[in-house]
Amino acid sequence: MGVGWHEVPGAADLGDDEAIGVVLQERPVAVVRSGGRLHALHNVCTHQFALLSDGYVEDGCIECPLHQGKFDLQTGAPKAPPVTEPVRVYAVKTEDGKVYVDLGD
Amino acid sequence: MVIVGAGQAGGRAAEALRAAGHTGEIVLFGEERHEPYERPRLSKSLLLGEEPAAAACLHPRDWYAAHGVTLRTRSRVEAIAPKSRAVITADGQRVEYSKLLLCTGSRVRPLPGAPDGLAGVHYLRTLDDSERLAAQLTPGRRLVVIGGGFIGLEVASSALKRGATVTVVERQPTLLDRVLPAEIAARLASLHAAHGVSLRAGVPVARIKGNGAVKSVQLADGTELDADLVVIGIGVIPNTELAETAGAASSDGLVVDEYCRTTLEHVYAAGDVTNHYNPILERRVRLESWQNAQNQAIAAAHNIAGKARPYAEVPWFWSDQLGTNIQMVGAAEPGMQIVWRGERVALGLAGGRLRLAVGFDAGGEIRLARRLIEARAQIPADRLADGAVKLKDLLAEATCSASTP
Repeated sequence: MGVGWHEVPGAADLGDDEAIGVVLQERPVAVVRSGGRLHALHNVCTHQFALLSDGYVEDGCIECPLHQGKFDLQTGAPKAPPVTEPVRVYAVKTEDGKVYVDLGD
Repeated sequence: MVIVGAGQAGGRAAEALRAAGHTGEIVLFGEERHEPYERPRLSKSLLLGEEPAAAACLHPRDWYAAHGVTLRTRSRVEAIAPKSRAVITADGQRVEYSKLLLCTGSRVRPLPGAPDGLAGVHYLRTLDDSERLAAQLTPGRRLVVIGGGFIGLEVASSALKRGATVTVVERQPTLLDRVLPAEIAARLASLHAAHGVSLRAGVPVARIKGNGAVKSVQLADGTELDADLVVIGIGVIPNTELAETAGAASSDGLVVDEYCRTTLEHVYAAGDVTNHYNPILERRVRLESWQNAQNQAIAAAHNIAGKARPYAEVPWFWSDQLGTNIQMVGAAEPGMQIVWRGERVALGLAGGRLRLAVGFDAGGEIRLARRLIEARAQIPADRLADGAVKLKDLLAEATCSASTP
């Protein structure tokens, strides 16, 4: 399970620098619009339990609401302490006005 | 390069020195037996037994050697010889430095008159303190917390969850007197009362009674509270003595400039121990926070590595109590105008500017408020209070008008 594209309801309506959290195949996923592009990443911070979709989006990064650690939206790379581990990113596509995320495994 | 103090600030500084390209040797001295750790969990998940102590550590022990950091735990630095640029340890060793960074932090303020060695009386500052207290927090225990600050309230919250009966005693009429306007602190008092914490505000403790082990806490009004356990959380004292003795200026903390330099040449300081000018608040502050321990240390590391980086951040603090995440940005000032934005966000204005925001389960709003404080925005109170006006839009207006005067 988990293979292939999964629709993310509500993601098409995201404004710039906005995020939503969804659960796809029991996996928490954040979908974020930033700089006009959509990104998808695992929704749990790699530092401590918090949902990244509750965080602050700015300059191509998402900031964890708990400790303000930052991740690069494109690569998932850690960009500000205390996070040191990258967060997983997923492919996103838009078709017929619907947004899909590929869980990839 | 020598760092004195292997807490969160010292550990982060060592890490940031390497990240900033510092290639020389780094010696990190700490008095405790542990490698550097962060304190927020000590009053929360570690007291609840939800996580192992290792969860609080910045890095596993072997990280330090792997990054060329000589970590010397259980090692106390007794003196600084600023002229010959060396520190002297308690066991008489002399270690020379090119630059010295002091992250000596703070220690608990003792309660005057509290008896020494009475079993069941605790302070909470270190990992070992937390483990000792956790071992005694069992269901049915009667806990009296002395001090209605963040530490005391977090301990109250954790103890309640472990099944203890909890009373919080605060000598001031309101909780969190030092950090929050009374109107906002009242919200926290209601939260605790609603969960069954008994609050005694406006009355000091007269004495802690017991014979071998604590029996009760007697208040100045004569009330006697039975107690199996007492936790004292009445603030901290910055550990300035080491630097003061060496001649560094100190005034409610070691005086540092925006580049974290003390008044001694080649000697820097970061974290709880510093007293520094905050350009956003436009006054000097001493901060006891996770944010300051981490970010001032990182700023100091960059400055030491020759990459000038002034430290200027809006103070930010969080606490988790009774299932509620409380975040605070900016700082309280006497005479602030308080405006509530719905039920979950309180804002403090001074001189027409937003200077404080406190959120109850409102991390997103607080993050935006932080930017508004940073922008030193002049925003009418009625617009801030209007939940239909998005903070994001106010921020766009504020930053737009700032760039086009």
